[in-house]
Amino acid sequence: MKKYDQLVTNAAGRIVPTIINGKQQTPYLGVGQYRPSGRKAAPTIATCADYPADGNKLVPTLRDALIRCGLRDGMTISTHHHFRDGDLIANQIFDIAHELGVKDLMWFPSASFPCHAPLIKYLEDGTINRIEGSMNGPLGRFCSEGKMKGLGVLRSHGGRYQAVQDGDVHIDIAVIAAPTADPFGNANGVDGSAACGLLGFALADSQYADKVIVVTDNLVPFPCIPWQIHGNYVDYTVKVDKVGIPEKIVSGTTQITRSPDRLLIAEMTARFCDQAGIVRDGFSFQAGAGGTALSIGIYFADLLRERNMKARFMRGGSNKYLVKMLEENLGEYILDGQTFDLDGVRSMRENPHHVNTSPFTSYNYHGKGNFASMIDVVILGATEVDVNFNANVVTHSDGYLLHGIGGWQNCLFSKCTILPIPLFRDRIPVIKDEVTTLCGPGELIDVIVTERGIAINPRREDLIEKMRGSGLTIKTIDKLKDEAEKICGVPAKPDLDEEVVAVIKWVDGTVIDSVRKVRT
Amino acid sequence: MNNTIAQVGNKGERVRSDCYVTLELTESGGLDIQPESKVKTLFGKDILNLAREVLEFFGITNARLIIEDSGALSFVLAARIEAAVKKLVSTDKEFLPAMIPENEYRTARDRQRVSRLYLPGNTPSLMINAGIHHPDGIILDLEDAVAPDRKFEASFLVRNALRQLDFYGAERMVRINQVPGGLEDLEFLVPHNVNLVLVPKCESATQIRQVNDRIRQIGERMGVQPQVWLMPIIESALGVVKAYEIATAAENVVSLAIGLEDYTADLGTRRTVEGTESFYARCQLVVACKAASIQAIDSVFSDVDDMEGLRQTVLRSKALGYDGMGCIHPRQIRVIHENYAPERDEIEKAKRIVKAFDEAEAKGLGVVSLGSKMIDPPVVKRAMKTIATAVKMGKLSQNWREEE
Repeated sequence: MKKYDQLVTNAAGRIVPTIINGKQQTPYLGVGQYRPSGRKAAPTIATCADYPADGNKLVPTLRDALIRCGLRDGMTISTHHHFRDGDLIANQIFDIAHELGVKDLMWFPSASFPCHAPLIKYLEDGTINRIEGSMNGPLGRFCSEGKMKGLGVLRSHGGRYQAVQDGDVHIDIAVIAAPTADPFGNANGVDGSAACGLLGFALADSQYADKVIVVTDNLVPFPCIPWQIHGNYVDYTVKVDKVGIPEKIVSGTTQITRSPDRLLIAEMTARFCDQAGIVRDGFSFQAGAGGTALSIGIYFADLLRERNMKARFMRGGSNKYLVKMLEENLGEYILDGQTFDLDGVRSMRENPHHVNTSPFTSYNYHGKGNFASMIDVVILGATEVDVNFNANVVTHSDGYLLHGIGGWQNCLFSKCTILPIPLFRDRIPVIKDEVTTLCGPGELIDVIVTERGIAINPRREDLIEKMRGSGLTIKTIDKLKDEAEKICGVPAKPDLDEEVVAVIKWVDGTVIDSVRKVRT
Repeated sequence: MNNTIAQVGNKGERVRSDCYVTLELTESGGLDIQPESKVKTLFGKDILNLAREVLEFFGITNARLIIEDSGALSFVLAARIEAAVKKLVSTDKEFLPAMIPENEYRTARDRQRVSRLYLPGNTPSLMINAGIHHPDGIILDLEDAVAPDRKFEASFLVRNALRQLDFYGAERMVRINQVPGGLEDLEFLVPHNVNLVLVPKCESATQIRQVNDRIRQIGERMGVQPQVWLMPIIESALGVVKAYEIATAAENVVSLAIGLEDYTADLGTRRTVEGTESFYARCQLVVACKAASIQAIDSVFSDVDDMEGLRQTVLRSKALGYDGMGCIHPRQIRVIHENYAPERDEIEKAKRIVKAFDEAEAKGLGVVSLGSKMIDPPVVKRAMKTIATAVKMGKLSQNWREEE
């Protein structure tokens, strides 16, 4: 099977394959242009006659469970990434597959982390054919250098739910590592030593996979409450000694930045939002877990406190700072997609206003709405932006695929999308004539905030108008690009081969761009 | 110069925007340039071309040059390579990057000098974004912030920074080394539009005259006399005693700064938060400055995490009569500006007084009164100064009279 075939130019002007890993694909048609049809995918009908009446689905080991699920060549195995860099289960699955001599598996994680680097040996020996999911660090490097047998496919969190729901990806076996579970398979992320808050990324897997295995190190008698994952979807449960490394799950890396340059960018962003009238009573926002984004949240909190206002809802990734806002009543709800620290976990466990969400509720483009588009302002990052406001989050300017998409694409649908980014990193300018990899179309990106000025998308005349006389430094994006190049020099183009090593899906399942092989 | 290998710059996991170059002069084989860079894909060719240009400029035809680059800008690379060359070869030539037009400004004698940010002269990563934080002045430090064995290379870096780094309107300052050794530093600064030179550990008017003599000599060579302001730093008991003499030593002395670390060491005591041990010296310095009609600048506050401590220090400093202080981190700039600036009630009172003065003038009255109180001329003068400062520091609109 060819990794890919039949290249075409899509609506964004990018050359993309229309046959990927043997399957027909639709090229990107433009925002909101692709019309899905047909019915959703569905797993086979089960009967409770096949399951123990006492609800005890425990099997002795993960290996037993995988064998009972009929693990064989060519299957798709899914995992979630709520354990982040502390995941101990994904690697074990493929160790077992390797021992059993199973080949050509597709790994379908909701994200991968550096702790999954040991899987490179299975990508090399053919146990794993490819990864369809984010590839961070060493796995991204491996893929970029064209060493993966199949073609990589990157999707947003919402796009992953959409792909499973629409049947673009069929999961044969879902392995859901759970901080707490009962023998029936009900599971949650709020209790247990590996507590990670919630398990929303595994929702699609539980609903749509043919076989579902829940693995836990904290087995409680039925019922496991809350049951974020329903045991009614689960085939087998497994008790292990340890599902994850707690200090790597809630890494505590989410600290406010101390970098004066980043603090300046954060302050400019907050001032921009204030000036634009976004920060008002009952507004909503989403900021990531990076140092700059955290600081912006703190500026928002200060403004709200000062004016005796509160946000109606705040989108997580949650952390202690967001929890503090909730507890100080500066915000009424946290709608949380993942918890980044123990304060987030505690709050989700104890506070009914700290709500667990899934890519279905927050991001799925093929649903009857989602709340990403209802948010007043979202603060995101990017590795590159171009003069048309298109942005890249997956590759660096040298062409290496080093990050996943996460919820980034889905968040672009907010009422105001702001990218606070330094104008250059080391010597590498962030604003280009054209992004190396297109992940988000410029029509959805409203504002770029850099330490040397703010560029507003010309489409947003309303925002441009509101900034008149604000005292904020507003520049055109071309001016910012020139400024960076004056300081850094004009960078050469990355040294890329024609060969495609991965594709980037848009939120609706169409192919928005290709990632090319890096010449080494 | 018998050495054939020179090493210059910085490397290591935490080093950014810098490079480490190893230059070895060889007998034959031409130029062997080996750039290793994390930005190699994007800037590898630029680095190679620049390195070749610098070496050829100095007439070096056979050498091995290893560049371990961590994202250095061109002016940094050039400074490093030039320093390496000059460690091995004696030459008067200078490889000067272009002077960017943004930096061709002069500063006024009495301009605001509330904050001035110290930057180590051999650490390019801290220089690049310094200007965007808008301190009143940026000090590239060649003295205590640079290790003795790095001072040579730092002078090339500072020189190139003066030409290529956008200071975004901040006063372009350099702290030279102690006179007489520091006089040599002036060669790297005066031709490159340095606005102000800090003269450390100053103890006599003679030192100021020595600095000015050297500036004049350099000016003669340049064919034009540059305008360079001086800010002597008083850091010893003798310096404190001689403060007025130093303050009036030359027309281009625009302020005195006090350096308390060295001063307390000189007294044989320790620096405390309350500052009792330096109270006399700080008062003496303010008096000397005001007597000489120049600005008095306070010492730095060294705990960058203690914003409240900084605030208290600024308020005390302002109360003593200081016009500004140094800072060692951009985060300190705002606290310093906000707290040296006149307070709200101070501004309101000043506005009332100035308005009363305006009215009295309009009516041709010789006496200013506010309500039932007579206002003395020094009070009016102080109020006007408060208003001017408030406007300058963004606490009051320029058109406050119309906006009332």
